Amino acid sequence: MDKEEYKNLVKKKYPKQNKLKNMLIAFVVGGLLGLSGQIISRLLVILFGMSVKVSYSVVCLITIFLASLFTGLNFFDDWVTKTKCGLIVPTTGFAHSITSCGLEYKKDGMITGLGANFFKLAGSVLLYGIISAFILCVIKVVFYG
Amino acid sequence: MIYLNAFLLAGFVCMIGQIILDNTKLTPGHITSIFTVIGAILAFLGIYPTLIEKCGVGATILIMNFGNMLFLGGMEGFKNEGILGIFSGLLCKSSLAITAAIVFAFIICIFFKPKN
Repeated sequence: MDKEEYKNLVKKKYPKQNKLKNMLIAFVVGGLLGLSGQIISRLLVILFGMSVKVSYSVVCLITIFLASLFTGLNFFDDWVTKTKCGLIVPTTGFAHSITSCGLEYKKDGMITGLGANFFKLAGSVLLYGIISAFILCVIKVVFYG
Repeated sequence: MIYLNAFLLAGFVCMIGQIILDNTKLTPGHITSIFTVIGAILAFLGIYPTLIEKCGVGATILIMNFGNMLFLGGMEGFKNEGILGIFSGLLCKSSLAITAAIVFAFIICIFFKPKN
């Protein structure tokens, strides 16, 4: 069997990723997350008399806590594989990346393991978020007063 | 109506992330970073506050909101203290998400064990 034949064979046998299905799953999961968050926020406003802004913050806290908790309970990794980007793009992905890195490197000690690797994945979000926001702030200040 | 908007916006952004993930070699780490930067740009253009008004939690739950909060914090700091305020105020508004993620993740890491 020459190389070309082999390549074709690999292509045939390789499990086809259904892109359309992945897209739909990500859409529905992400959408449901947003919808349930909105419902919780509305309930908080009605039941506890919070202002809308405060209720958004509380919903943010709840999602981060749940994402960390389910990562600790080992459910979250399976969910991410199943739901694709639906759980990565919302804040849950940020909390998940911090918690999973912390758990994974905990065995190397509290400082050299947990502390040093805590922001291994989430660090890029912080770095580029802060850098881009800072640059944009400066641009806004310089050009638009 | 805000419920439908929340569903559509959050779903739509996740779908774009999935399209990027499937068709390029970028990892989830790339995608979250890209969306944070996009959020800051949308805030710069003045679009994101409107999105939050129209879509509620659908907009605040996304990682894009992190970039938005950073930019708004910086601008508010500038209003209060001038150039120094950009440095001191940049993280003010997004402090909630960062602190919550760190504190909860640390507590979970102390009490739970990894899979293997």
